[in-house]
Amino acid sequence: MDRADLIRRLQAVVGEAYVLHQPDDLAVYEQDALMVARHAPDVVVLPDTTQQVSDVVRVARAAGLPVVARGAGTGLAGGAIPERGGIVIALTRMTRILEVDAQSLIAVVEPGLVNADLTAALTAQGLFYAPDPGSQVASTIGGNVATNAGGPHCLAYGVTGNHILGMEVVLPDGTIAWTGGRVWDSSGYDLTGLLVGSEGTLGIVTKVIVRLMKRREAVRTLLAVYDTMDAACEATSAVIAAGIVPEAMEILDGIVMRAVNKTLHAGFPEDAEAALLIEVEGLSESVPVLVERIEAICRKQEARRIQTATSTEERLALWKGRKQAYGAMGRVARRTMMLDVCAPRSHLPEVMRKVMAAGRRWNIGVSNFFHAGDGNMHPTPFFDFDEHSPEYARVVGLCEDIMRACIELGGTITGEHGIGLEKREYLGWMFTDDDIAAMKRVKTAFDPEGILNPGKIFPTGQPVHGAPRETAAEAVQN
Amino acid sequence: MSTAARALPPIPEIEACIHCGLCLNQCPTYRVTHLEAESPRGRIYLVKAAAEGRVDLPSIEDHLYLCLMCRACETACPSGVQFGRIAEAAREVLGPPGPPMQRRITRFVLRSVMPFPRRLRIVTTLIRTYQRSVIAAFFTRLLPAGLRQKAALLPPASPKPWAPAAEVLPAIGARRARVAFLSGCAMSLFFAEINEATVRVLRRNGCEVVVPRSQACCGALNTHNGEAASARAMARRNIEAFPDDVDAIIVNAAGCGAAMKEYGHLLKDDPAFRERAERFAAKVRDASEFLWAHGLHTPHHAIAMNITYQDPCHLAHGQRVRGEPRALLHAIPGVALKEMAGSDRCCGSAGIYNVLQPEMSETLLREKMETIRATGAEVVVAPNPGCMLQLRYGARRFGVPVRVMHLMDMIDDAEAEA
Repeated sequence: MDRADLIRRLQAVVGEAYVLHQPDDLAVYEQDALMVARHAPDVVVLPDTTQQVSDVVRVARAAGLPVVARGAGTGLAGGAIPERGGIVIALTRMTRILEVDAQSLIAVVEPGLVNADLTAALTAQGLFYAPDPGSQVASTIGGNVATNAGGPHCLAYGVTGNHILGMEVVLPDGTIAWTGGRVWDSSGYDLTGLLVGSEGTLGIVTKVIVRLMKRREAVRTLLAVYDTMDAACEATSAVIAAGIVPEAMEILDGIVMRAVNKTLHAGFPEDAEAALLIEVEGLSESVPVLVERIEAICRKQEARRIQTATSTEERLALWKGRKQAYGAMGRVARRTMMLDVCAPRSHLPEVMRKVMAAGRRWNIGVSNFFHAGDGNMHPTPFFDFDEHSPEYARVVGLCEDIMRACIELGGTITGEHGIGLEKREYLGWMFTDDDIAAMKRVKTAFDPEGILNPGKIFPTGQPVHGAPRETAAEAVQN
Repeated sequence: MSTAARALPPIPEIEACIHCGLCLNQCPTYRVTHLEAESPRGRIYLVKAAAEGRVDLPSIEDHLYLCLMCRACETACPSGVQFGRIAEAAREVLGPPGPPMQRRITRFVLRSVMPFPRRLRIVTTLIRTYQRSVIAAFFTRLLPAGLRQKAALLPPASPKPWAPAAEVLPAIGARRARVAFLSGCAMSLFFAEINEATVRVLRRNGCEVVVPRSQACCGALNTHNGEAASARAMARRNIEAFPDDVDAIIVNAAGCGAAMKEYGHLLKDDPAFRERAERFAAKVRDASEFLWAHGLHTPHHAIAMNITYQDPCHLAHGQRVRGEPRALLHAIPGVALKEMAGSDRCCGSAGIYNVLQPEMSETLLREKMETIRATGAEVVVAPNPGCMLQLRYGARRFGVPVRVMHLMDMIDDAEAEA
């Protein structure tokens, strides 16, 4: 099958307008939100139905081309970068909410639906979809499923995987299969659980059955301001140790709060080194009691002051500020490399001390804004040189030191962003050869020919940043 | 015209984009097409790729010109990327959009009509004469559908272009401020009565109003459509025309206000004008922005009415003015403000966009009119001439029983009604 033939066949499936093959149209699909790697696809296809996805996969298979599924391209691990070319299936046109069952508290949606649009559509009914990644105003449900996305409120509600009951999926041979169902427990293998977080390497999700939740009666949001990161971390551990699990507990450092303040009136202090953003939900009677206990603990841990949001606007402004934290780093430096590591919550202060020490050792600035309550940290080195410069080795060294520190304390190297391209070479730091071989057997069972999102998750022996890259123009000319 | 030989200048604003993608779903053209290349992040990526020589410059033209320049992405961007400046710089190199003939016509209008008030008046006289003639109705029926749609966008021109009684109009009652006023081309040719109303409101609230006779069009259309060189000439002319000794330069057209607040940037490479341009830009205020800060001093009569408010893009996104117009509306007794969903999403007017990109424009307008219909409002307030023309057309086109008014019209009514 030559290129012209390939394009014709794909056009027959989705129509001419939705097969992109010109250099300019392809260039914009070279990257997602990981800025340090890029590769153009051969073709981008935007299907509108499950059947079209299945047909496109069959064409790809016949042509022997890799297939990379893509949502909004907000992933931070490069999961949607078509490193080996091939066909990118962008699911951004499939945005329908097919069903909302307010009594059973479920909805059936298409993968291209934007996370925040789902909750917006449910607001009138007092319902919401709980997983709330920082990217939720843009990222899609399909992408959230692929990475098992988290978010501030996952402390109380759990991550994406806890909110997915079933899904329709197109397998690498074009088969259309359903997993799970409309109830919590399904029979047989938990394929839903397996597919969540599989980063598009096992199948392409085309419909998702999600759990919905009812808005709680009362909600309170407070911001405890600290002079040191250490104190903010100690306060987090103290609240959790007291047996209180708030809906969300986020730490932001001074660098990022000042960056956010330049765009938004979020209400963050200008002169503090860290702040702890806490949200509590529940019954009107219980919330004030909890808030009082939390405030007392925060004070005991030397909070300089505690602000409580007095209106919905103030509350939403604080959260908007938190959600824009990563994006605001563009004001601090030209390049960032956001990590996604975890450590047991009791070790939080210790890990953060190690992160800061590593930054000093490699002489690279690091900002921190993260899900403190569940020990999921996002140390974000920032710098002004690009990934091809010799100085970039310092960033790699810094990131490796941070990951090593987390593993030593019993943590992991990814919490919610996925492995993608970014961390595939480090999988071996977490797992033995036998562990990885077990995962590979699953991959082989689903995708024996390896056409779905090749080069992701598993080590390839080729570091991402050192990999030779051809230019977009070369790539599309094949 | 060959653009391949031309190179993009360095555009420092690009460096602030870190690809997070939070702008995507706020972009009207991305919401319709779902294509990365029709998103702000995609367009910035293309400009960057073209600057690096990785894609051909002419191939990015369609993507850059499908952009409405509504700047909703600037509101969404946590990193403060000034998308408007990036797109304007790229468009300056590309030149006006479209096939060669359309490009020539657009360039002619932008270079040879817009900067000259007298020529603009002649063109409007021609339009008015055509609209009044019996043959207009006949000819309109003969036009192909696309052109008929464009002809329908044109409102009846004002009987006479706006010409204030004097260059300096005294305050009514005690003088509290001295301000200058931009007549604007669309405002004075199509909405002369709204300019009258604006000046009345300003004067009643203690402003002496200077309307410089030698002022020109603000140049916004030129900047947005790849004719920045002529826009610079227009900006210089206005800087010369407006007096220095005023407290503010008042604009009642959101698009013009946004453009004039950018004069400092527009003339940043002109050593003779740079500083004056910055001083000028710092004085520019939207009429609502000024009136709210200055304080209203004339009592309002009640207007019992359900209204909804459309944020003009260049007011909400371009100037970050959202609260003031609403506060002024709330200050009118009897007015019930019913917010529409997505009030800060573009209606598809976007300067001359509705003429150059009728299909996308119509798609956005249909959605807008349905959200207006859902509010049940009798009046939609939209303080910008482009939005008003588009919404009036939309009300007819989609049968929505709503009247389109300017904010200054509403305030003038409230102050005047006995």
